[in-house]
Amino acid sequence: MMESLFYIAAVVALSATILALTRANAAHALIYLIVSLLAVAVLFFLLGAPFAAALEILIYAGAIMVLFVFVIMMLNLGEAGEESERKGLHPRNWIIPGIMTALLFMELVYALEQVPALTSGVAVSPKEVGIMLFGPYVLAVELASMLLMAGLVGAYHLGRRFNVRNVGSN
Amino acid sequence: MNSLSLIPALPLVSAVLLMIGSARLSKRVVAIFGVGSVGLSALIVASVAQDFLTTGEVQTATLWAWISVANFTPGIAFYIDGLTVVMMSVITGVGFLIHLYSVEFMESDESFARYFSYMNLFVAAMLLLVMADNLLLLYLGWEGVGVCSYLLVGFWYRDPNNGAAARKAFVVTRIGDTAMALGLFLLFTELGTLQIQPLMAAANVQWSGGGTLPVLATALLLGGAVGKSAQLPLHTWLPDAMAGPTPVSALIHAATMVTAGVYLIARTHELFLLAPATMQAIAWLGVATVLLAAFAALAQNDIKRILAYSTISQIGYMFLALGVGAFSAGIFHLMTHAFFKALLFLGAGAVIHCLHHEHNIFKMGGLRTRLPVVFASFLIGSAALAALPFTSGFYSKDSILLAAWALPDIGPILWAGGLLGALITAIYSFRLVFIVFFGEANTEPDKQVGWKIAVPLMVLCVLAAFGGWIGQPLSEVFPATADFHNVAHSVEYIGIAIPLIGLLIAYLVFLGGQLSVSKLTDSSLGKALQNFWRDGWRLDALYHNLLVRPFTGLARLCRNEPVDIFYNSIVSFLRWSHRGLVSLQTGELRWYATTMVFGLLLLVAIMLRNAS
Amino acid sequence: MGGLQVPLEHVQVLAALLFSCGLLGLMLRRNIIFMLMSLEVMLNSAALAFVAAGAKWAEADGQVIFLLILSVAAAEISVGLGLVLQIQRRFKTLDMDSANRLRG
Repeated sequence: MMESLFYIAAVVALSATILALTRANAAHALIYLIVSLLAVAVLFFLLGAPFAAALEILIYAGAIMVLFVFVIMMLNLGEAGEESERKGLHPRNWIIPGIMTALLFMELVYALEQVPALTSGVAVSPKEVGIMLFGPYVLAVELASMLLMAGLVGAYHLGRRFNVRNVGSN
Repeated sequence: MNSLSLIPALPLVSAVLLMIGSARLSKRVVAIFGVGSVGLSALIVASVAQDFLTTGEVQTATLWAWISVANFTPGIAFYIDGLTVVMMSVITGVGFLIHLYSVEFMESDESFARYFSYMNLFVAAMLLLVMADNLLLLYLGWEGVGVCSYLLVGFWYRDPNNGAAARKAFVVTRIGDTAMALGLFLLFTELGTLQIQPLMAAANVQWSGGGTLPVLATALLLGGAVGKSAQLPLHTWLPDAMAGPTPVSALIHAATMVTAGVYLIARTHELFLLAPATMQAIAWLGVATVLLAAFAALAQNDIKRILAYSTISQIGYMFLALGVGAFSAGIFHLMTHAFFKALLFLGAGAVIHCLHHEHNIFKMGGLRTRLPVVFASFLIGSAALAALPFTSGFYSKDSILLAAWALPDIGPILWAGGLLGALITAIYSFRLVFIVFFGEANTEPDKQVGWKIAVPLMVLCVLAAFGGWIGQPLSEVFPATADFHNVAHSVEYIGIAIPLIGLLIAYLVFLGGQLSVSKLTDSSLGKALQNFWRDGWRLDALYHNLLVRPFTGLARLCRNEPVDIFYNSIVSFLRWSHRGLVSLQTGELRWYATTMVFGLLLLVAIMLRNAS
Repeated sequence: MGGLQVPLEHVQVLAALLFSCGLLGLMLRRNIIFMLMSLEVMLNSAALAFVAAGAKWAEADGQVIFLLILSVAAAEISVGLGLVLQIQRRFKTLDMDSANRLRG
């Protein structure tokens, strides 16, 4: 039962991702991406990581995707953008990147075959994660906090309106 | 400071003043400075010569130490003996006359002050050369006159040909000067001094006659003398040096500077006496130059080039005299040559001056009645040059030929060569006189000579005619030469007759027309020979092919910097690689992503290969 | 909660597939917003691989790394979207093929 749940979620995640990345309209793509993220959250839950699943929904599907939505709304991409995107998805453009990606995938699968194993099915509680996080990984937490700080400052800086010289004012 | 130091100082100071004030001084003031300084020097020289002749004492004066390094202490010091007195008298006396002459000759030239400053500088350098008591100071004067020669040959610098002639004069003499500098180094390292008298004494003590060292040292000094005195094979600069103003040719390229080589050998004659091989080489060189230049002079059309080749030829006689050990005869000829050649050059200058700067003798003619003063001076000058009896040139040339005859073994050959030279000399000098002053007038003179030209000409006429009776106080300086009195009278008679025969031939060919050489000159061989001689035996072309062209070829090769090709190829390879790398940077994000994926693909593949 | 007993490699293959999809999107899409989405997908797939590996050995490290990846993604997307706004202002387009002023 649980196994079939896993495979269903996996198929949903994969197909939603593919659909998201092939849409011409950014808003539609975003909806598919959220579906994909929710499916991955289900996978996390099944893999015994409920805390990670919750965070996936909260931060990925919630916060980050909402940021995307904001930006798309602000930019208000029109029909012309959609048209050019559709042209860009012509099969001719797919061939080389497609071959390369397929090769990479095969390499990864070949590597994975070396270590066949089952997932244990033992849940890892948020408490253990917290202990680990503030125990041996405390330095990584500090680094992550600095990274987020830098992201904050950078986003604030980039969000300002610059006096653009060569392009008209906006 | 005694009066000796004033002799070179006066022209030097005047030269500096004229250089500084050239723009502000009027021509009158310039002329007073330029001529007056040399005139004063001449007066002082006259008093010094008077002292010397009465007392016969060698005078020395040390002004200050020039350089003092370890035991090498050349000073600014003068050494005045009979030889120096003769040289000083010639330089200041003839120099003064030529300066006076120049005032009229150059009066319409815009660079009047520059001309006189160079001329004064030259006189100062030349006096320094002959008065120096050590070879280093002599070398200073030697290079100083070289510089002045360069400046004055290229005086009318706006014509590139004059600049080229000046450069040629400078560069060709530089070859000899380099040899001379090497000779000085050798002398100093071997004998430990450059002071001329101690040097010769030391050489007599330390060196055995005929050894390698004396021959080497004197050969190097001879190199310098050959360059400066325009002897074979470094004579090619002198005919071209006629590009300068004519008084310059008279002073520098006839009377004084070109005889510096003769002076050098005479001054260091004791070294040369230790090297018989060099002496013999000098004699042969002299005879070869006499003949070569005389034949070249025979075929020239340019009045100044005739005189230039004749100068080369006459200095050849001086070298012959030095080579056979008749030093006083050589110096005697130097003096008389200074008189008559300066006279001839000044006469030629007067002709050119009065004939719209015409140089070609075939466009002159009939000037005998139109320019009588010039004609007289030319006649006397040519007679002296041709060594007609009782002119000054006769005495000096005769003593040289007799000295050559007196030499054992090779003497008669040298004598015969010199005699042939004398014959040719007589022919070409009277060819010049007959073509220029007799016959049809082709160009009318547009002015007559003034007193400033006429007076120097007349004074020089007197000197050229009677200069042979001036006794020279040289007996103390040089060893006694062989006694000529036992020479057969027939030899003397031949010496007297030869110039007269030459005069007769010239008369018959060029004036009377009884003897026609047109058949000879019109034949193809005759024409070729004439052109060959006119081009100075094609030595210029030979040097051009032998030395200049390989050099310029090498320079052209090096202009492309062959060594740099290697380094440049590295640079161009890097540039090429850089361009390749730049083309990778398209600025397109997707291209970057794709290439990164490609790299990732490779990395994973390599890791897998290594893992399995 | 009962454990999941699927082979680990199936989860990893899924992660690899998702990563490949993201990579393909990154290479193919010219719109910067889609490129950022592809990056999110790739980060997410890496996180899935870590969580699965943590589950295999019942260790918390996998989820710790997930949290770090999450923070990296959040920081990246905040800066990235700021850049999107600037690019739109300057170039009047989101097509990264036209915004190639860094051409060498």
